[in-house]
Amino acid sequence: MTENKTIVARTREEALALNIPLQEENNYTTLNLGPTHPATHGIFQNILTMNGERIVSSEMTVGYIHRAFEKIAERRAFYQITTLTDRMNYCSSPINNMGWHMTVEKLLGVEVPKRAQYIRVIMMELARIADHLICSSVMGVDTGALSVFLYVMQEREKIYEIYEEMCGARLTTNMGRVGGMERDLSPTAIKKIKDLVYNSLPKAFAEFEKLLNRNRIFRDRTIDVGAISQETAISYGFTGPNLRATGVDYDLRVLEPYSSYEDFEFEIPVGHNGDTYDRFRVRNAEVWESIKIVKQALENLPEGSYYANENHYYLPPKEAVYTGMEALIYHFKIIMGEIDAPVGEVYHAVEGGNGELGFYLISDGGRAPYRLHFRRPCFIYYQAFAEMIAGGTVSEAVPILSSLNVIAGELDA
Amino acid sequence: MVDNQRLVDEIRGQFGEKVDQFEEHYGLLNFSTAPETLVEVVEYLQKHAVLKFNFLTDVTGIHFPDNEGAEFCSTYLLHSWENRIRLRIKVFVPKAKPEVPTLIPLFKGANWMEREAFDFFGIIYTGHPNLKRILNMEDMDYHPMRKEYALEDPTRRDKIDDLFGR
Repeated sequence: MTENKTIVARTREEALALNIPLQEENNYTTLNLGPTHPATHGIFQNILTMNGERIVSSEMTVGYIHRAFEKIAERRAFYQITTLTDRMNYCSSPINNMGWHMTVEKLLGVEVPKRAQYIRVIMMELARIADHLICSSVMGVDTGALSVFLYVMQEREKIYEIYEEMCGARLTTNMGRVGGMERDLSPTAIKKIKDLVYNSLPKAFAEFEKLLNRNRIFRDRTIDVGAISQETAISYGFTGPNLRATGVDYDLRVLEPYSSYEDFEFEIPVGHNGDTYDRFRVRNAEVWESIKIVKQALENLPEGSYYANENHYYLPPKEAVYTGMEALIYHFKIIMGEIDAPVGEVYHAVEGGNGELGFYLISDGGRAPYRLHFRRPCFIYYQAFAEMIAGGTVSEAVPILSSLNVIAGELDA
Repeated sequence: MVDNQRLVDEIRGQFGEKVDQFEEHYGLLNFSTAPETLVEVVEYLQKHAVLKFNFLTDVTGIHFPDNEGAEFCSTYLLHSWENRIRLRIKVFVPKAKPEVPTLIPLFKGANWMEREAFDFFGIIYTGHPNLKRILNMEDMDYHPMRKEYALEDPTRRDKIDDLFGR
């Protein structure tokens, strides 16, 4: 369908003013879903053309919270870009942070010790759990069940407390450093993680699943709604749980293991039909797999350092900066961006909450990237939304949108 | 087992002079081709019985203002899931005529990715059904990721490199 046919004008004046065709011989109405609508969970607009209750077509407008991260990154030293990545998928910031650190480490050729890699895996999997908890429970909210959301919100709060213990922040975490982590797992953090993965989360999450998995209303609202075939999903560039719901076992943690993922036993859950219910079930199954990974990582946590011995790149601990000359010099040089990176270009991708989160970094040898591009899974698969909702009703479009887990920050970067 | 050497052989064997600048960056094979042959090359890689580059991971633009006659680069990252190998294609186009054919007939997902590259760099994807701005506002009259647009106010004196001995 061509662009000009997607929106039609209701009056002749409107058609002339906006240069769009006049609506003829039909009763199409135009309905705005967004920019601020409870179902969008962020700011992006869908202009729906409706034939009675059915959606004929939709025109999507994105970019309401575009913050020009790629441009800003061209003037920032590498360690300063971590804070930009936080703000992409803000439901799972640690994954973005670690993905960025790993990209820079790949460019610099820094080898990270096993312990740091395991701590990263723990934090990334906790972030994935938090991300999926929000997405799955919000699907409950959008189909009319608020209590499930409140049940798991409590668990997400515990994950945020672990973040606080690790880095001091909750949402925009800026966690880890190039070359490792900024601090080791503290005894409190270990206690909190153990309490979460062995006691509270499995209980609460089992209850959550019991409430929705076989719920008549929920199943009626989601099964066979917004189904997408494997071929279409691949053609549209789907990755992550949305792709796996169609039955493809594409997971970067297995396909291109990074940060020691090859050490852990876990499965890749897949769906069959690629509909809203399958996406929900795949995310839930992934939460269980993530719990498994966190348990294994905690049990086999290697001894050793939590950062690489790379003075040129790893920010020294604050105590050392205040007492030692050498640490002070390195601290100054890193903070002032005087340490030049090698010339080269790298692409590194991690399995984010929504799929393949890629970082394409071109360095010309200066303190800042020459060009940095974020491959944002949301941005790429959200374009399929128009096709997925066409022919359905608005009450179907809402759960489809929430099952895709479109995060505005990642969409617009 | 498909590795970078095999890819180079297959692609060189098929396209000969039409492809060049084969290089490897951290294990990722890069090569460049002309805009006229892009669709042909991608289609060959996608439909090849063994290589099977079934997934278009990313499309983006790069600006090299000093690279006269080839200022803009439209780059495509392809992924073959079966062979677990990635590949990057670069298409260089001059500033005077930054035109590259669209890949939408092969990968639907190219739609927004190409719109993004158009929005930020002004690369024209010929044949694109809806080539308009996506993240920036529609009445913007320049392409902000081009290098001539400095990020910060150039009159600022507190961040210049001289002060820090750089």
